[in-house]
Amino acid sequence: MNRRFFWDRFFEKALYGAAWVSVMTLAGIFLLLLYNGAQTFISIAPGDFFSFSRWNPAAYDQPTFGIGAMLVSTLLVTAGAMCITIPLGIGTAAFLSEMASPRLRNVLKPAVEMLAAVPSVVIGFLGIVLVAPALAAAFDLPNGLNALNGAILLGIMALPTMVSVTEDAIHAVPGHYKEASYALGANRWETLVHVTLPACKSGILAATMLALGRALGETMTVLMATGNATSLPHGIFDPVRTITATVAIEMGEVPFDTPHFFSLFACALVLFLITLAVNILAERMAARFRKKGQ
Amino acid sequence: MEKIKMDIQALDLFFGKKQVLKNIHLGIGAGKITALIGPSGCGKSTLLRSLNRMHDLHPDARLTGKIMLDDHNILHGNTNVVHLRRRVGMVFQKPNPFPMTVADNVAYGMKINGLHDKPEVRRRIEQCLRSSFLWEEVSGELDKSALDLSGGQQQRLCIARAIAVEPEIILYDEPCSALDPISTSKIEELILSLREKFTQVIVTHNMQQAQRVADYTAFMYLGEVIEFGETQQIFQSPRHELTKNYVAGHFG
Repeated sequence: MNRRFFWDRFFEKALYGAAWVSVMTLAGIFLLLLYNGAQTFISIAPGDFFSFSRWNPAAYDQPTFGIGAMLVSTLLVTAGAMCITIPLGIGTAAFLSEMASPRLRNVLKPAVEMLAAVPSVVIGFLGIVLVAPALAAAFDLPNGLNALNGAILLGIMALPTMVSVTEDAIHAVPGHYKEASYALGANRWETLVHVTLPACKSGILAATMLALGRALGETMTVLMATGNATSLPHGIFDPVRTITATVAIEMGEVPFDTPHFFSLFACALVLFLITLAVNILAERMAARFRKKGQ
Repeated sequence: MEKIKMDIQALDLFFGKKQVLKNIHLGIGAGKITALIGPSGCGKSTLLRSLNRMHDLHPDARLTGKIMLDDHNILHGNTNVVHLRRRVGMVFQKPNPFPMTVADNVAYGMKINGLHDKPEVRRRIEQCLRSSFLWEEVSGELDKSALDLSGGQQQRLCIARAIAVEPEIILYDEPCSALDPISTSKIEELILSLREKFTQVIVTHNMQQAQRVADYTAFMYLGEVIEFGETQQIFQSPRHELTKNYVAGHFG
């Protein structure tokens, strides 16, 4: 065989290998989490793990491993973040694609996208020195490091994803829908609310899912800004500790191969399954909206 | 000619520096069907879209002259464009029903005009679908997506949607160019049935269609109205050399 043929085959195989690296990595992560996480249940009953008993794995006499409060905390902060990101993101995207002049758009869009480039530790920093004191003052709290603080910060961090995917979806709505609406005497607001946004529902849903995935997995910001109390929160003003924060705080100091060590893997596994489900859902929505956009 | 519904006077239209319409004078007869014909790029669609100010969506477009609707110049700055478009409806080249149910498509215009009384909306949906010869075909499928209808049905739905806001004028921008002959003849029949009730203007590249439906025909070439008159006169005894050559099929 000649050399050209050899190199062609070589690169084919090399690229094939490259394509599999990420798949194998994902599978490896999943197996690692599953293998270690499952060992939790050798010493801890699943009923105790998935319970609202306090997360106190380092207790001297009777350690308890209830993930319930952290799961609720994670969902609380994420839901709060979504309440901020969804309306703000859709509004920004709609303004950018439907109303802003091209010049303003060229300034605003990169600015929103630049927000994604701010390191999460910096956002957490802002949360501690800026947002938390403001919250404490506004709601007369002893301390502003709570779920609401985390939700506000995560809401802002998820914004670039929300805006840019939603804007793409609005952009993909065929212009003739808008023309038809204007020709019936609808104004821009009516056209946006009754025609354009409904026509890109699935795209907006995909954007929401991606933003949700971003908020669920965020660690550093919530670790810094939410107060890290392991008790079950009773409201948005309570300090909380999310699953990500717990793993990040404790993983560095836990003795290997103890129930505590394994239980952190189980926590990570729960989080992984949630974000995986959200991402699969998002992919499906995105695929549906791409198909429709054609 | 009888009563003039819309009177176009000395209309010029520019896209940026390019002049697309030149000194158009045209009277659209009330309750009549007026056809705009001419070769591709002659400005007939552009002229049509001036009549309900669809060019407002195009930042480069600049219009001068007058378009009098009854006694009001619609090009005047104080014109309420939203209100204008309720009086001057439009049907597009490609059927463009909204991705909603059949019923919601017809109801859309009523709703944005503030009609929310359900039985009344229902009654008018039926009435509009009957007027557009669609009721028999879709009465059992009002809650089906409009996108599942055939192309011809979609276009008739678009006409139903346009008449639901009770406009005075309906503009058609080559409404049959994406349709088969049978659907085309249904649309033509529909347009003829709406004569007198509405003032209608139709852009078409199909000369037979202009002869079948239009009372008056304007022949346009390179942004100018070359000849305007009763349809029969334009096709049987055109006065202008260009019109003669075009209707004889020498160019197009």
